[in-house]
Amino acid sequence: MTSVAVSAPGGRDTVHEPAALRQVALIARRSVSRTFRQPELVIPVILFPLILLAVNAAGLQSVTKLPGFPTNSYINFAIVVCFVQGALFASITAGTELASDIQKGFLDRLALTPARRWTVLVGATFGGTSVSIVGTLVYLGVGLLFGVHIEAGVLGAVVLVALAVYIALAFAGIGAWLAIQTGSPEAVQGMFPLLFVLFFLSTMNLPADFIEKDWFRAIARANPISFLIDGMRGLILDGWDASTLLPCIAVATGILVLFFGLAARGLRKRVTRT
Amino acid sequence: MRGGGWQVAIAVLRRTVIHTYKNPAIIIPSLAFPLVFLLAFAGGLSAVSNVPGFTFAAGYTAFQFVFVFLQMAAFGGIFTGYRLAEDYESGFARRLMLGAPRRIGIVVGYLLAGLVRFAFIGVLLWALALLTGMDVKGSLLDIVGLVALGALINIACSLWTIGLAFRYQSVDIGSFMQTPVFVLLFLAPVYVPLALLTGWLKGAASVNPVTLIIDAGRGFISGDPEKVLYAFAASLAIGGLMWIWATRQMKRAEAGVR
Repeated sequence: MTSVAVSAPGGRDTVHEPAALRQVALIARRSVSRTFRQPELVIPVILFPLILLAVNAAGLQSVTKLPGFPTNSYINFAIVVCFVQGALFASITAGTELASDIQKGFLDRLALTPARRWTVLVGATFGGTSVSIVGTLVYLGVGLLFGVHIEAGVLGAVVLVALAVYIALAFAGIGAWLAIQTGSPEAVQGMFPLLFVLFFLSTMNLPADFIEKDWFRAIARANPISFLIDGMRGLILDGWDASTLLPCIAVATGILVLFFGLAARGLRKRVTRT
Repeated sequence: MRGGGWQVAIAVLRRTVIHTYKNPAIIIPSLAFPLVFLLAFAGGLSAVSNVPGFTFAAGYTAFQFVFVFLQMAAFGGIFTGYRLAEDYESGFARRLMLGAPRRIGIVVGYLLAGLVRFAFIGVLLWALALLTGMDVKGSLLDIVGLVALGALINIACSLWTIGLAFRYQSVDIGSFMQTPVFVLLFLAPVYVPLALLTGWLKGAASVNPVTLIIDAGRGFISGDPEKVLYAFAASLAIGGLMWIWATRQMKRAEAGVR
């Protein structure tokens, strides 16, 4: 990043910072190229949700025979789970890479530059987010190939992709916060099984109304991940439904604001300590 | 195995058990994941028991418990080999290979450690499942049969990963240890019986030997044993092949030590 010294009246030099977006772009470019140079970080993130989709779509197809099930094809119901899984994996990648930068001292060196804290965070998590973007397009393509029908049409598909990327960015904030808090890639990875527990205790496999166990249904209804899944699923099964879409966007925004905010605050403390 | 081999086996077993006792956090994922799967599958998918054609006598919780129990046994076995890979990375395994009078004891020792882990987590899993009201229609002998199947799966998976650990001597092989086991487990009737599966998965599950084992296990817990002979034959055959694999890789590693 370059800065320009300008002589102001009175002879004192003033430094103008590069534009914030340019800062994000520079840091993001590093993050993206580092991530995609490691196929072992990219391929499993994209393949694993597809494998699970294939198994679940075939294994749970008989569930569509339950009276009132919202679709005749379970792949229509299950495809959005890939997007959320991909976003969770992306947050692991983002958090691990940021934690690695902290561990190696790169973040401390970055703090010496004029780069703003939020640009560092957003840029550094772009590697994981970009994997999620690629994954989202792959999941959608494979889903359409295997008969997924999007009730909301072409525009709905575009919104679905945009929503998936937005959710991935929000989850990357969780990864960033964990990275800043722990400063250790191993610790970040160790925390993520907890997120997967949350994922399982959601409406990933059945609609909330079909969950028979009261305690599970209560947890699933309150679980933020259920809002994300149901919002995206609504585009596929019901078309344009504000009652599921708006809560989905609100929850994603809440996660993004909360965790990037916490991460920025944590980054300020971490940089101050060094 | 002669006396020296058993001494080595017991030393390895003792070391592994003490290490786990001193680091209880190691055991948490092995217990937590089966619990989460049981909660998610039996709790979240219990409506599957209302699907036309689902006629499992003991109920959906017991139906899923068998899969989760056998999955726990399999992944417990994977961890055994991962432990040996870690010991190679720390240098301990190399010293062990140099010092052990009969190196087959190393394989047996890690195998026994895996079985102890399986027993410990298995008891906890059973206790929790029964406390939450799981219905068990099988007799004591049936349950012993189910546990025996779990033990055989644990041994087979342990031998698979022990062999990989001897061959590659690095934890980097960790994902490769899990992948085939994961694929075999999930290409089986996980959520519904084989008869209710459709499409490509039904075909795959029909030829998957793990399906025999899971079906036999479900037969045991529901008090209606089926495919028992085939399941034990498949388990023993897989175990036998994995024994050959592990001991060959141990000899290969042995040649590197000399």
